[in-house]
Amino acid sequence: MSFVPVVLWSDALVYLLVAAGIAAAIYVRRHEHLLLPWRRVGKSSVALVSLLVLSFFLLVGLLDTLHYRVVLKQGAYSPEVLSVFDRLAEPLRLHVEKTYSAPLAITLYAKESMLDSNGRVVRDYPRLKYAGVGIRDAAQRDADVARRVGTGALLGLLMGGLVIRMAKVQRRAVAISLLLISALFGVTLDLSLAYHVLGTDKVGQDVLYLSLKSIRTGLIIGSVTTLVTLPLALFLGVAAGYFRGWVDDVIQYIYTVLSSIPSVLLIAAAVLMMQVTMDTHPGWFDTAASRADLRLVFLSLILGMTSWTGLCRLLRGETLKLREMEYIQAAKSFGVSSMRILSRHIVPNVMHIILISLVMDFSSLVLAEAVLSYVGVGVDPSMVSFGTMINAARLEMAREPVVWWSLASAFGFMLTLVLAANLFADSVRDAFDPRLNRS
Amino acid sequence: MIAYLIRRMLYAVPILVGVNLLTFALFFVVNTPDDMARMQLGIKRVTPEAIRLWEQQKGYDKPLIFNRGASGTGKITETIFWQKSASMFWLDFGYSDDGRDISREIRTRMWPSLAIALPTFLTGLVFYISFALVMTLFRATLLDAAGVALCVVLMSISGLFYIIGGQFLISKLWHLVPISGFSGGIQGFRFVVLPVLIGVISGIGSSSRWYRTIFLEEMGKDYVRTARAKGLSEIGVLFTHVLKNAMIPILTGVVVVIPLLFMGSLLTESFFGIPGLGSYTIDAINAQDFSIVRAMVFLGSLLYIAGLMLTDVSYTMVDPRVRLS
Repeated sequence: MSFVPVVLWSDALVYLLVAAGIAAAIYVRRHEHLLLPWRRVGKSSVALVSLLVLSFFLLVGLLDTLHYRVVLKQGAYSPEVLSVFDRLAEPLRLHVEKTYSAPLAITLYAKESMLDSNGRVVRDYPRLKYAGVGIRDAAQRDADVARRVGTGALLGLLMGGLVIRMAKVQRRAVAISLLLISALFGVTLDLSLAYHVLGTDKVGQDVLYLSLKSIRTGLIIGSVTTLVTLPLALFLGVAAGYFRGWVDDVIQYIYTVLSSIPSVLLIAAAVLMMQVTMDTHPGWFDTAASRADLRLVFLSLILGMTSWTGLCRLLRGETLKLREMEYIQAAKSFGVSSMRILSRHIVPNVMHIILISLVMDFSSLVLAEAVLSYVGVGVDPSMVSFGTMINAARLEMAREPVVWWSLASAFGFMLTLVLAANLFADSVRDAFDPRLNRS
Repeated sequence: MIAYLIRRMLYAVPILVGVNLLTFALFFVVNTPDDMARMQLGIKRVTPEAIRLWEQQKGYDKPLIFNRGASGTGKITETIFWQKSASMFWLDFGYSDDGRDISREIRTRMWPSLAIALPTFLTGLVFYISFALVMTLFRATLLDAAGVALCVVLMSISGLFYIIGGQFLISKLWHLVPISGFSGGIQGFRFVVLPVLIGVISGIGSSSRWYRTIFLEEMGKDYVRTARAKGLSEIGVLFTHVLKNAMIPILTGVVVVIPLLFMGSLLTESFFGIPGLGSYTIDAINAQDFSIVRAMVFLGSLLYIAGLMLTDVSYTMVDPRVRLS
């Protein structure tokens, strides 16, 4: 099977972010004074554990970013854009049932009329096509699940132990959480080979697969937004604080106008207009995936355009303070050019504010995506995200008996991601904030 | 102070002009009325006549900024900008797509919004500050750590979860109050309880933690040490000195949102079926009724600027050193 790689817009931006991240990491590693606050982050067990959880999410997100299209016969491409993650999770993706089924169930969730072996019509729960094949009844299912949990956990623990030995992990909290995560991974993997671990949704798709796919959308919303926020806030904030005068007035005017509009309304207005533009230009996208993807990128850009004002104000204030410092005054009296003062003396000294604000914003952006999708100005309805999952599952709560697993998985995954991001952000802030006393 | 307020109002004008220009650019320049008509009437099968008729009905059949055909002041006023955008300055929001007067809708719909938002705001304020004070009182103990941990977990949960979970638990399982709906007067109370409760709970995490940070910062100041040296009890220090001195940062964050309470909350109102401005906005977004969204954007920034002015006034009330002149 041959394939061609596909780079969607969001993929390109993610690659850009990853490259920037790696470059920054290399730069920081070479400079001891930049490394120091990161060492403080490394001392906190909470930070390391949350980083571990985050890196699991990041791994799934990155695997889901490597897109490709399968080459069919005669040099034609399949219209479906797949990712490496889709390939790895192929059983999950392709095992589509008829409709709802509960987690680890072997039958559908509602009774249907069927013909039994004697040709009579009976009402019973139909068996699932792909879950619990060869299992006869619930008791046998329980035994099989217990066996799989056992072997999965054992394999996971072995793998985790191996990683701990290889990477020489010394912190106990990290080692324990690594073992827990790998055990959980092993159990889920082993169970998902034979069951729908988190059930299936209305159209029979595996909820675990959907939840894992949602991770990428959340990560992109949280990180690509940075690409807009960062340059705007940095250039405008530093320029306003350093040059003062009319530059300051103009920049202050722009961000006061933007921030005086309630953000949800501004986002809604911008997204509505984006929808009109995309509907009137259908020629911009060749596949449904690229259309949904472009909408995601635009959404991130719009979120960035509306959220840079806070950081800009902070940076302006800090620059106002810095420009009166003696070392800047000294540089000025030596005749150092403004550009050089800005790039050598001011920007490096406001970096900690940028870093803190970016990591703090990440989690709120992930949460905002769900709300915006509910309001109807979020990602494309065809794109898998926490917001669209919640939106689709919201009305299922009114069913009797209640279908809870789609909502529970979406909220569960989102909570894990956001909690880990929040805890990590707190540690970063504690390590970088110069206002905190440290001995 | 009157002079100060008048000056502030004059400062507000250029900002509102900016907001107005921005919405005008967003709604009419990025996409022409033609695009919008095509969108509303369906993309594929649409005749030029149908578009022209739609524009005529909505009043979009005029030039954008300058009308050469008209005479006198009509050159300016007979334009989309003047009639659809600048008119918002005299609070004339025009008509929605279903032909209703938007200003009238706003006047009737702001009261249900306020009925939910005001109790949520007041209860929340009292509760968050009390919780933060308790955490500050027991700072650096296990209780404080548990409180902070609880806050971090609570603020990591999606707002949608609080609403869906609360509706499910309290209305569907326990049948304590109706799931959604609204009515005026005393019997409206049972409709208000749940949205208010959920609104308060969903804010605990971030708000209490924020107040705790403010209080802790005040606790480290010299006057607190002096008060303790005087022999004041810890509770006395906290309530008489720290709370008062923390008023300025608290007001900064709190007073701004008071005028915005009229706008209601998008999520709460749409989930609980409350006929307020929040659900009005959501319905408008879903129906792609651009005139309502435009009106809400302008109204929102108007109220935000009013909130900023109110904040300044409130400073003078809690801090005699602040004088507005």
